[in-house]
Amino acid sequence: MIRLFKVKEKQRELAESANGKAPIKKQSAGELRLHKDISELNLPKTCSISFPNGKDELMNFEVTIRPDEGYYLGGLFLFTFQVSPIYPHEAPKVKCLTKVYHPNIDLEGNVCLNILREDWKPVLNINTVVYGLYHLFTEPNHEDPLNPDAAAVLRDNPKMFESNVRRAMAGGYVGQTYFSRCI
Amino acid sequence: MADSMAQVSRSRDLDKLLLRHGHLVGPNFEPGPDLRDDLREYASVLVVGAGGLGCELLKDLALSGFRNLEVIDMDRIEVSNLNRQFLFRLGDVGKPKAEVAAKRVMERVAGVNIVPHFCRIEDKELDFYNDFSIIVLGLDSIEARSYINTVACGFLGPLIPHRVRLKRHMTTWQALRPKYNSDDNPREETIKPMVDGGTEGFKGHVRVIVPGVTPCFECTIWLFPPQVKFPLCTLAETPRTAAHCIEYAHLIKWDEVHSGKTFDPDNPEHMQWVYSEAVKRAELFGIPGVTYSLTQGVVKNIIPAIASTNAIISAACALETLKIASACSKTLSNYLTYNGVEGLHTKVTEFVKDKDCLVCGPGVLMEMATLVTLREFISLLEDHPKLLLSRASVTHRGKNLYMQAPPVLEEMTRSNLDLPLFDLMDKVPKDVVHVTGTTSKSDKKASSLRKLRIVFKGVDGVTDMDTAGGA
Repeated sequence: MIRLFKVKEKQRELAESANGKAPIKKQSAGELRLHKDISELNLPKTCSISFPNGKDELMNFEVTIRPDEGYYLGGLFLFTFQVSPIYPHEAPKVKCLTKVYHPNIDLEGNVCLNILREDWKPVLNINTVVYGLYHLFTEPNHEDPLNPDAAAVLRDNPKMFESNVRRAMAGGYVGQTYFSRCI
Repeated sequence: MADSMAQVSRSRDLDKLLLRHGHLVGPNFEPGPDLRDDLREYASVLVVGAGGLGCELLKDLALSGFRNLEVIDMDRIEVSNLNRQFLFRLGDVGKPKAEVAAKRVMERVAGVNIVPHFCRIEDKELDFYNDFSIIVLGLDSIEARSYINTVACGFLGPLIPHRVRLKRHMTTWQALRPKYNSDDNPREETIKPMVDGGTEGFKGHVRVIVPGVTPCFECTIWLFPPQVKFPLCTLAETPRTAAHCIEYAHLIKWDEVHSGKTFDPDNPEHMQWVYSEAVKRAELFGIPGVTYSLTQGVVKNIIPAIASTNAIISAACALETLKIASACSKTLSNYLTYNGVEGLHTKVTEFVKDKDCLVCGPGVLMEMATLVTLREFISLLEDHPKLLLSRASVTHRGKNLYMQAPPVLEEMTRSNLDLPLFDLMDKVPKDVVHVTGTTSKSDKKASSLRKLRIVFKGVDGVTDMDTAGGA
C-alpha cells in the first residue's frame, strides 16, 4: 500500500490549510444497539422510563416501577441505568435510588438480580432487565439475600415481613434503619 | 561514507525482504531501494498504547525501517511496569509513558521520529487518526479497541463531512468521488488498516484488520468470553474464595462506607482500603489467600503480564505492519493465536466478515430528494426491497431523529416527522444513518438494526461547501 500512502501524504500536505473542524459525535456500536433496545421497549404499565439528559443521551436513564400487586403494592421505586459503550457485551449497571426494605436490594441500592451479573447474555436487553426488576417486587426471594435481615423475616414470618414493608414504604423505622416514604 | 555504510548494515535484514522478489509477496510488490526509502518517508504509523506491548512495538517498528511514528497513551509510569516495559527506568516513575517511550527509542534508533501524545484516545479529533497510514494497537481493553475500530472503519463511509474535509482548492472530481464503488466495496484510499495485538499472561493474539475487506473488531466481538461476575448475593452472604471477599469489599462495602464517592482503581489509597476490608472479611469466614496483588488483580481484572509474550506478539505485529505497508509478503489472514502455557501452540484462523456489520459494513445505499420528509423516509423503508423495514426509528450521528418507543421519546421526536430529512441531517450531501424496526419475511417478524448510506440528489458537494458558512 506504500504507493497509496505516498499519494495520500501529498494530498494531506495540500489539505493541511483546511481547518474549522466540526465536533463529530462518534456513535459506538453499543449506543446503536441500545438505540434498538430503547426503540423497541414494551414495558408493563407499572414501569416507566425517563431520560434526564434529553432525547439524544440514551446511555444513562431512569426507570420507575410502581408495583400493582404483592407486598410492594403502591410503592414507587426509582432505578438508574448506566450503559457502557461495549453494551451488550457488558450488562447495564443498575442501582436502586429509592431506599427499600427488600431481601434482594441492599440499603446502598445494589440489586441482586442474576441477569445483571452472572447470567447476563448479550441476547438479553433493557426490556428483560426491567421485567426482571419488576419481578423482584412481585416475588421477593429470600434465597438470594442482599439484605439478610429482610430475607430472614420473609422466610420465617411473612406476615411480619409484610408489615415491615408497609412501615418502610410509609416512611418509618424498621429496626435501626429509617426508610423515607415512597408511596 | 562511514555513515552510509552503517545504514546499510543496520537495514541488512530488512533489505532481504524489501530489495528482492519472492514467491510469497503481496500484490503490487515492487522491490528495490525506492521501496525502502518510501517506507521511511511516506509511511506513518500510530501506536496506540505505550505499555507492555507498546514499548515493544515502538522498538520493533523503529528497527523495521519505519521513521514516522506516533504513540498515544494516557497513563503515567508505575513501579510495577518496570519489569517488562523496558523503555522505562526507576527515575521515570510518574512521568507519562508515551513521552518517555518516544524519547528512549529516539535516543537509541538514529533517524526515527516519534511524536508522543499523552492523552485519552477519545480526546483526539477523528482527523488525527485519519492522518496515519496504519494504526497498531497495543491495548488491554475491549472498550478501547472497539473505539479505535469504530473510528478507523468510520473513514470508509462518508462519516467525515465532506464540506469540512474538502476545501476549495480540491477539484470537483475529488469532492464528489464516492467512497464506495458500485459493488459496495470501499475504495482503497479510504481503507485504514489496523494491526491489533493483545496479551494475557502466556497467551496472546495478533490480528490484521483491513476495514471493509477483512472482518473488523465489531464483526466478531461476540467471540469474547463474558467477564466473570460473581452473584452479589454470594458476595454478601456466602463468600467461598478470596476473590469473593475482595469483590465484597470493592462492590458492597465501599459504597456502604463512602456513600457517593466513586471508587478509583488507580488510587493506591482506595486500593489499600479495599485490600484491608477484604482481609477482615476473609478472616471472618476463614478464607485464606487475600493479598494486595490479588486485590489489584480482581478489582482491575489484571492477569500477570509476561514480558516474553509481549515481545513475541509485538514482533508479529511489527512484521504484519511491514507487510501491509510494503507488500513484501502476503499478510496474516487474519487472526493468530499464541499460547505458551504448556509448550507452545500457535494457530491462524480466518475470521469471516459480517456483511451487515454496523461498523465496517457498507450499509444500504439510498438516494433521495432533499424535500423528502422524515415521515416519507420512514415509509420508504417499508417498501425498499433490501430493507422491508416497518415502524422504523431513525438516528443520525447520536441525534435521535425519530423514536417509535417509549412514549416519552416518541413525543419528543414527533415534531421531526414533517421536517425534511436533509435539514435534520444538517444539510450534508451524504451521510450514514442507522434505523431500527421490524422486518417481516414470509410472515416471520424480526427486529433489525441497519446502517444506511443516504445520498441526497441534486446536492453538489461544491455548492454545498460554498453555502455551508451561511447555513
